[in-house]
Amino acid sequence: MSLNRETTASLIVMAALLSTVLWAEATGEPFTITLATRAAIFALAGIGLNLALGMGGMVSLGHAVFFGIGGYAMGILASHAQTFTPLTTWPILIEGTNAMPVIWLVAVISSALAALAIGALTLRTSGVYFIMITLAFGQMFYYFMTGWPAYGGEDGLSIYVRNGFPGLNTLDPIQFFAICFAFLACALWLYIRVDASPFGLTLSAARQNEARLRAVGIDPFRIRLVAFTLSGAVTGLAGALFADLNRFVSPAMFSWQTSGEIVIFVILGGVGRPIGPVVGAGLYVLLEHTLGDVSDYWQIVLGAILLAIVLFARGGLTGLVLGRPLPHG
Amino acid sequence: MSFVFLVEQVLNGLQFGVMLFLMAAGLTLIFGVMGLINLAHGSLYMIGAFAAAATAAATGSFLLALAAALAASALAGAVIERLVIRQLYDRDHLDQVLATFALILIFSEGARWVFGSFPLYLAIPEALSGPVTLPFGIEYPRYRLALIGIGLAVAAGLFWLISSTRIGVQIRAGEADREMIGALGVDIDRLYLLVFALGAALAGLAGALIGAIQSVQVGMGEPVLILAFVVIVIGGIGSIRGAFIGALLVGLTDTLGRVLLPGLFGLLLDPAAAASVGASLASMAIYILMAGVLIARPQGLFGSA
Repeated sequence: MSLNRETTASLIVMAALLSTVLWAEATGEPFTITLATRAAIFALAGIGLNLALGMGGMVSLGHAVFFGIGGYAMGILASHAQTFTPLTTWPILIEGTNAMPVIWLVAVISSALAALAIGALTLRTSGVYFIMITLAFGQMFYYFMTGWPAYGGEDGLSIYVRNGFPGLNTLDPIQFFAICFAFLACALWLYIRVDASPFGLTLSAARQNEARLRAVGIDPFRIRLVAFTLSGAVTGLAGALFADLNRFVSPAMFSWQTSGEIVIFVILGGVGRPIGPVVGAGLYVLLEHTLGDVSDYWQIVLGAILLAIVLFARGGLTGLVLGRPLPHG
Repeated sequence: MSFVFLVEQVLNGLQFGVMLFLMAAGLTLIFGVMGLINLAHGSLYMIGAFAAAATAAATGSFLLALAAALAASALAGAVIERLVIRQLYDRDHLDQVLATFALILIFSEGARWVFGSFPLYLAIPEALSGPVTLPFGIEYPRYRLALIGIGLAVAAGLFWLISSTRIGVQIRAGEADREMIGALGVDIDRLYLLVFALGAALAGLAGALIGAIQSVQVGMGEPVLILAFVVIVIGGIGSIRGAFIGALLVGLTDTLGRVLLPGLFGLLLDPAAAASVGASLASMAIYILMAGVLIARPQGLFGSA
C-alpha cells in the first residue's frame, strides 16, 4: 500500500517534469528545458545520496567528492580528446574520448571506487564522527584539485563542444534532457527496487536497530559499504552529466557547498522517499531561478525556508503532501 | 634548509595550531555538553572578524576591536541558541546539520549584504607590529608570537575553568549525564546558553585575531570549521585535552608538510614536478593524518570508546 502510494506520487512528479519540458519545447523556450535538465541532474545526484542517507541513515556531507569525480571524469577525458593528446602512453596507450557512454562508464567506476575507499574508512565510525569525516574528505579532494595544475587547477576546465551520443544531437536541449531524464527514471526505478529488496530491508534494519541486525548474524558494516558505494556511483554519474550540461568543470564541484546542496535536495523533498530528491531538486532550481532574479541574496530566503522545514515540517515537501512514510508492509 | 628557518616554521605551525584550538574547543564543548553538531560555528568566527574589522575602522583601537569581536560573537551565539539551536538538542544529527547549514546560508549572505563581497582589512596593532629577536638570532613577527601567547593563555584559562570552577563542574557533569544534573537542580537552560555563548566567543576571538593576518571576508569561517572538525576527529569528541593535542598536531603537520614535502620530493623528481606533487600532497597531509588516526583509533586519540 505504502509502496503503491509512493510509486503513484513518483509517476505523477515525473510526468509533470516531462510535460513541462514538452510544453517548453512546443512554445520554443529552450532555457526552461535547460533548467529542467539541471533539476533532473540534481535529482539524480540526490537519489544517489538518498540511497545512503534515506535508506541507510548515513548522513554524508561529502557527496561532492563523487559528484566532482564524475565531473572530472568527463573533463579529463574530453580535454584530452579536445587537444588530441593521449591521457597516458605507459603502460598502455589511453586516449581521451568524447563519447558519452565511455565517459559515463569511467565516471561510474571511478566514483564507485572512491566511495568504496572512503566508505571503508568512514563507516568504521558513526553519528557525528561520520558527518565530520565525510565533510573533511570532501575538503581534501577540493584542495587536491585546486592544487593540481595539470587539469586547470583553480580555474577548472572548459570543454568547447558537448560530448556525443550515437544517434542523438546532444547540443539540442531537448535531446540532452531526454538522456538525463532517462537516467533519472532508471535511478528512480533502481531506488524503488532496492528499497523493496532483501538488501534494502537489511539496510533499513541497520538504520533502525543495529544491535538486532548484529544479533541475527548480519554485519551492518558490509551492507552499509555496498550501499555507500552504489550511492557514490549514482552521484558520480550525475556529476558527469552536470559537467556536460555546463561544458565546464571546476574544483567548486568538490566544495562543501556542493555537498550541502545535494543534502538539501534530499531534505527539501523528503528524506527516504523515492521521489523526495526529485521534488527537492525541482524546488531548488525553481527558487534559484525565480528568487535569483529578484535578489542577489536569494540564499537568505533558501536558508529561512530550510530552517522552517527542519523546525516545523519534518519530512519535507513530500511529507506535507503525503504524510510521513509508512513502515514497509 | 637552515635551523633558523625550521624553528620559524615550527612557530608558524604552533600559531596555526593554537588558533585552531580556539575553534575546536568551542565545538567540542558544545558537542560534549549538548550533543549538538554546530556547522554555524564558522559563521561565529566570521562574525568576530567582521565585528573587529568594523570596530577597528571606526575607532582605530585594536583592543576595542577584540572586545567587539567577543561581544558580537557571544551575542550572536546566544541569540541563535535561544531562537534555533534550543529546538535541536533532542533532534537527530541530520536535523542539526541542516538547521545549522541554513544558519550558514543566512549569516554568509547577510554579511555579504551588509559588508559587500570585497574583503575588509584589519591592521595589526602598532605595539605588536614588526619582528622580535629570539635566542639564536631568530627573527619572528611579534604579532604571531603574541597569537601563540594568547592561544596558550586562553587554553590554560579554559582548563582552569573546567577543572576548578563551579561552572566547570557543571559542564563536566553535563558531559557525563545531562538528565541527572537537571534533576539535581542545575538550571540546564542557563548552562546550555552559557556553554554555547562561551564557544561562540572563542570562535569570534579566533576570527578577530586571524583577521589581522588574513583578509576578513565572507566564507572565511568554513575552511577553518572543517579543519576544526579534523582536529576533533583526531583528538576525540568532547575532550578539551584531545582538542588541544589535535590542534597542535594539525597545525604542525599542515605547516611543516607545506614546507618540507616539496623539498623531500625534490630529491626524487625534477624541481617543477616536485613542487606540484609536493604541494598537492601537502594540502592532503592532515587528512592522511586523520585517516591514519581513524584506522588506529576510530574514537580519536583521547576519545572514550
